[in-house]
Amino acid sequence: MKRLNEPSVCAKTGRYLTLTLFAIFFALPIVYTVMNSLMSPAEVQHYYSESGQMTLHLLPDQFSLEEYYQILFRRPDYLMKFFNSLWPVTVIVVGQVAISSAAGFAFAKFRFPGRDILFFFVIILMMMPIQVTLVSNYIVLNQMGLIGTYFAIILPAIFSPFGVFLMRQVIASMPDELIEAAKLDGAGNWRIFLQIVMPCSKSGVISLVILCFIDNWNMVEQPIVFLKDAGKYPLSVFLSQINEMNPGLSFACGVLAMVPVALLFFFYEKELIEGIGFSNLK
Amino acid sequence: MTAKKREAISGLTFAAPFLLGFAAFFVVPFFISVVFTFTKNANGLKFTGFDNYLDLFGNSAFQTAVYNTFRFILIGVPLIMVLATFLALLLHKKFVGSSLYRSVFLYPLVVPVAATVMVFQLVFAESGVINTIYAWLGLPAQNWLASDQAFYVLMILYLWKNCGYNIVLIMAGLNAIPNAFYEAAQVEGAGRWQTFRYITMPLLAPSFFFVFVVSIINSFKCFREAFLLGGTIPHKSIYMLQHFMNNNFTNLNYQRLSTAAFLVFIVIFALVFVLFWMRRKAGDIQL
Repeated sequence: MKRLNEPSVCAKTGRYLTLTLFAIFFALPIVYTVMNSLMSPAEVQHYYSESGQMTLHLLPDQFSLEEYYQILFRRPDYLMKFFNSLWPVTVIVVGQVAISSAAGFAFAKFRFPGRDILFFFVIILMMMPIQVTLVSNYIVLNQMGLIGTYFAIILPAIFSPFGVFLMRQVIASMPDELIEAAKLDGAGNWRIFLQIVMPCSKSGVISLVILCFIDNWNMVEQPIVFLKDAGKYPLSVFLSQINEMNPGLSFACGVLAMVPVALLFFFYEKELIEGIGFSNLK
Repeated sequence: MTAKKREAISGLTFAAPFLLGFAAFFVVPFFISVVFTFTKNANGLKFTGFDNYLDLFGNSAFQTAVYNTFRFILIGVPLIMVLATFLALLLHKKFVGSSLYRSVFLYPLVVPVAATVMVFQLVFAESGVINTIYAWLGLPAQNWLASDQAFYVLMILYLWKNCGYNIVLIMAGLNAIPNAFYEAAQVEGAGRWQTFRYITMPLLAPSFFFVFVVSIINSFKCFREAFLLGGTIPHKSIYMLQHFMNNNFTNLNYQRLSTAAFLVFIVIFALVFVLFWMRRKAGDIQL
């Protein structure tokens, strides 16, 4: 018997053609950034300002690592910014994974009064643009005397509701029997959490790490509002300003800013896709 | 102590760190800012009833911001859902290269916003790539980022960045549909369209529900792009609610900002409530 819905040659070609067209659209901005970062500053200068008109200049006339050299060895401020981004984001990711895994476990596998209403509010808050809680956050952070310090951007981000939502979905999809069996064997709740629930939600945790990392790596509003001192701004804010100075350098900066997230993506793409799939409301 | 009580205590213990932070950073201060909306800041707080609300509704910047935000959501969300469904259906059945395509579609999600915006600025600048192509074609140059076209530039950015996430969500939904349904449909002699309309679409509904939620979240996040493209006061067509709120924060007009924030909260609350009510009626949700 013929396989179910086996597409004809014509349909196959059409599919490849359509997908390739879309793939070009999706890949072009990235290819463009990477390629331009491999040109010498003079070449970039030539194509972007002297002629007046810019052309889609994709292949470097001459490969050069000059821009990377400039940033990594001649511009200490860039590395400072990179570090200003990296450590707060790492703290946020670790904190969020710990707090939202525990809360996700509670929401998924325990009954307690107010649980469903609380989860409803978690979802509503998750949908809200961050400006809605700007004043609220400011009031609290100001009371705590944290405005102007990195804790002002770290603390609210750790309690971001998306993590709880994702972990709740992941843990809810685990069979109850697994937990019941462990209980019968005499395991306490903490033991169940650490030795059964956490290892079983590996893909969920990995996608939370990646999504949380991306979200905070791109932070723009919070640092501008809560840090006050421009010297403390992370890379994301700095990048948006550097392109007014020198297009050549900004391409290389852009590529370097991509590195940490790109590495996570390439190593854990399978888990990321699985984890995103879990977040479907079931 | 009953087993029920013990379970409640354990549950609350695990949720406690989150609930504490949630209360401290969101719930309690949120109520404080709701109180703000009914007051005026003149030598201490003065109760003014609904004055802030009336004032806000009459504010032309607020009207523009609401109009643009709604317009962006009303055009962007359906568009991204159709596009993502289309691409997910093309990618669904495994074939040579299917996972490569999926990676390409998902990758924009991980590209830093600032890097993307930089490329878009160069491409859409007055002497940028698009205008150069326009010149070849003999078309007049457009000022893409400082005209009504800015709205569409932002829309392209939104689709480019978030489509991949939606594709993955929909593909997960497609994978969950048992193959037996399709086989049965084929035995019954159902055509391609009929299969899609009566099997794929209804069984994909739960995924669509979440894709819809995520797309709205992401349309709000698109403000970052708008902000980096146009600064605190961009072209009128991409002046969003978030610009309005951010700028009022900078001007220290907390009353006005809180009032706008509370209205956004009410709208989203109503939206989520209706969505859940619809799903509960459909009878397939445990929440």
